[in-house]
Amino acid sequence: MVDTQAPEKLADKPPVTVGLFVTCLVDLFRPRIGFAAVELLERAGCRVAVPKAQTCCGQPAYNSGDNAHARAVAATLLDAFDGFDYVVAPSGSCAGMIRDHIPELFADDPVLADRAVALGRKTYELTSFLVDVMGMPTAIARYQGTVTYHDSCSGLRELGVKDQPRRLLKGVDGLTLTELPSAEICCGFGGTFCVKYPEISNKMVSEKTAAIADTGADTLLAGDLGCLLNMAGKMSRESRPIRAFHVAEILAGMGDGPAIGEAGEDLSAFTDGQKG
Amino acid sequence: MQTTSQNFKANSIKALADPNLQQALGKMKVGFVEKRAKARDALPEFDALRDQARDIKNHTLANIDYYLETYEAAVQKSGGVVHWARNAAEARQVVLDICAQEKAKSVTKGKSMVSEEIALNEALEAAGYEVVETDLGEYIIQIRGESPSHIIAPAVHVLKEQVADDFRRKHLHLDPKRSLVERKDLISEARGVLRQKYLDSDVGITGANFLIAETGTSVIVTNEGNGDLTQTLPRVHIVIASLEKIVPTLDDASAILRVLARSATGQEFSSYTTFSTGSKRDADPDGPEAYHVILLDNGRTDMLGTEFEDMLRCIRCGACMNHCPVYGSVGGHAYGWVYPGPMGAVLTPSFIGVADGGHLPNASTFCGRCQDVCPMRIPLPKMMRAYRRKEYEAGLAPPAMRFGMDIWGFVAKRPGLYRLATRLAMGVLGWRGRRQGRFKSLPLASGWTDHRDMAAPSGKTFQDLWDQRHGARTTKDLEREAAQ
Repeated sequence: MVDTQAPEKLADKPPVTVGLFVTCLVDLFRPRIGFAAVELLERAGCRVAVPKAQTCCGQPAYNSGDNAHARAVAATLLDAFDGFDYVVAPSGSCAGMIRDHIPELFADDPVLADRAVALGRKTYELTSFLVDVMGMPTAIARYQGTVTYHDSCSGLRELGVKDQPRRLLKGVDGLTLTELPSAEICCGFGGTFCVKYPEISNKMVSEKTAAIADTGADTLLAGDLGCLLNMAGKMSRESRPIRAFHVAEILAGMGDGPAIGEAGEDLSAFTDGQKG
Repeated sequence: MQTTSQNFKANSIKALADPNLQQALGKMKVGFVEKRAKARDALPEFDALRDQARDIKNHTLANIDYYLETYEAAVQKSGGVVHWARNAAEARQVVLDICAQEKAKSVTKGKSMVSEEIALNEALEAAGYEVVETDLGEYIIQIRGESPSHIIAPAVHVLKEQVADDFRRKHLHLDPKRSLVERKDLISEARGVLRQKYLDSDVGITGANFLIAETGTSVIVTNEGNGDLTQTLPRVHIVIASLEKIVPTLDDASAILRVLARSATGQEFSSYTTFSTGSKRDADPDGPEAYHVILLDNGRTDMLGTEFEDMLRCIRCGACMNHCPVYGSVGGHAYGWVYPGPMGAVLTPSFIGVADGGHLPNASTFCGRCQDVCPMRIPLPKMMRAYRRKEYEAGLAPPAMRFGMDIWGFVAKRPGLYRLATRLAMGVLGWRGRRQGRFKSLPLASGWTDHRDMAAPSGKTFQDLWDQRHGARTTKDLEREAAQ
């Protein structure tokens, strides 16, 4: 948005329609990540819509053993994303839920089983969609800083998201990536885990933020807002001068906005766009 | 064994505050993980071997009745006796009966998690036998009066300085001025003490890593050689093993052995891999005069044919706990029963029930690392989730959580209501947090804000901003935009 370099349209691909699954955390806490995702998808040549009737992927209930509520919430997605070529979420956790677990939830449902499988098949995490499906070679943006990257567990292990964000970050001018040795170890968020077992979660996130600080990076990036809220919140409590962004924000050239937990968000920037 | 799995939360808080334990866990975490990664990288076919190992066990489990009966016949043919035990009490009784019949006084033991599962030491000691654990780690925790905190490194929670104190307290016949600073001092002292115990012992009890159906052989893998001395020096050798240790053939055992040590300690093979078949034959220079195998069920057959059957592929390598961030934070004792870590989070509710073991499958972030490293490709998070479901369906989940889920579910399945509720809530929170950008504390969110700040929401939801921007909502909107 702020970065106005020419979008790298991929002319040889037919325009595909993408339904953006915003995710509940992005919708509620940090809408700018949703706008960053739209920006990146449009640069990749997609036409993006945001179905109105989406709320959550159902994971809080599913991972609490409450399948009835998980099914009820997940069912709203089956209708909401009908007709789109793809569904993309700026989260490996929610994309993994839709791709792998919603089909499990409806496996015995004679009416909805096939639709759940079809929804799962067309659902992707944002960076993996940009690279693996749209063939985006890299992202063109600018961010001055040394960043380190945390691989959120679901994206990494359920969806194989590892190289895609790094490949896209290579195109970001001014950015140096310093790898986090414990990048593949959980940050201790775990959805409801962090409030059910706060002491253990605290131990895990403390080890994580210490490791982040050891890299010497001034910025932390990741692909899931849940993990980012956890790590950024801990770094803020520890008064560590490290900023945290969702990787999509940096890739979309929105790294000059407030980092997670910083004041000063200007929402009018998102509604004054050329759209509408 | 006393079960404290119900108190997992309190146990874990205590563990987090124990500096010795935290120091020991810090050392452990790095070692096992790096060694396994090296071993995996050195073997390009490692993942293919994991597939093969999984397939062997799946085949075995599908035909477990046949292979167990084949095994029993082979043991009998080689001069051994097979005892079937439905539960822990029956297994203990078989051991006590054999010891009584053999007029035993002293029993030595190799490392066996199944013997922990059936609380065998307590039963033997209550009956007046001297019981000596011969695995160094097991010996240490035995004299400390503890249970194992890790399935292959039972004393991993103990620092070597603590061991030195324990040895001074226990080995009063030795020179009080001796040096016990170095690891090797401790090892040689334990070796000296234990050597005589092997020779004095009447009955040696070991577990088994595999039982081989075609030959009636039991296999143990160790790094100290204590298992070999335990099973060859006494007159009587008792193998106590659970049913799912069975594999069809020697080749199958070899195939699984290729992934076992690599996953456990990063070794290509453990120092000793010992195959025992029957009692001493006339031409054998040594070996036990009597060879007994106790086949323990204790809940295993109830798992067959259920969503938890995959767990019966487990070969007890410990890779899941070595890679588990929760285990790494709190150690094994917090889990409160025999099997800790992710494997314990499935086995504990399977064996002692969801009411007592229900905490353990909840205490996971579902990071998936356990499944990633499991040599037998056991879907551990999936099974933990299944136990959460059972807990929820049985009404055992905490009432506050159920209440929260009911409200959340009611709202989240109604997108219009959800939009309204979130618009109001985020408006208020965003307004309150607009100056700092974050909250140091929040009512009803102390679980979060006791330990970390909470980023303040922007004040408007993405959905509302998208409306303000007149963004596309449907595929029809997109067609219309494309036509313009």
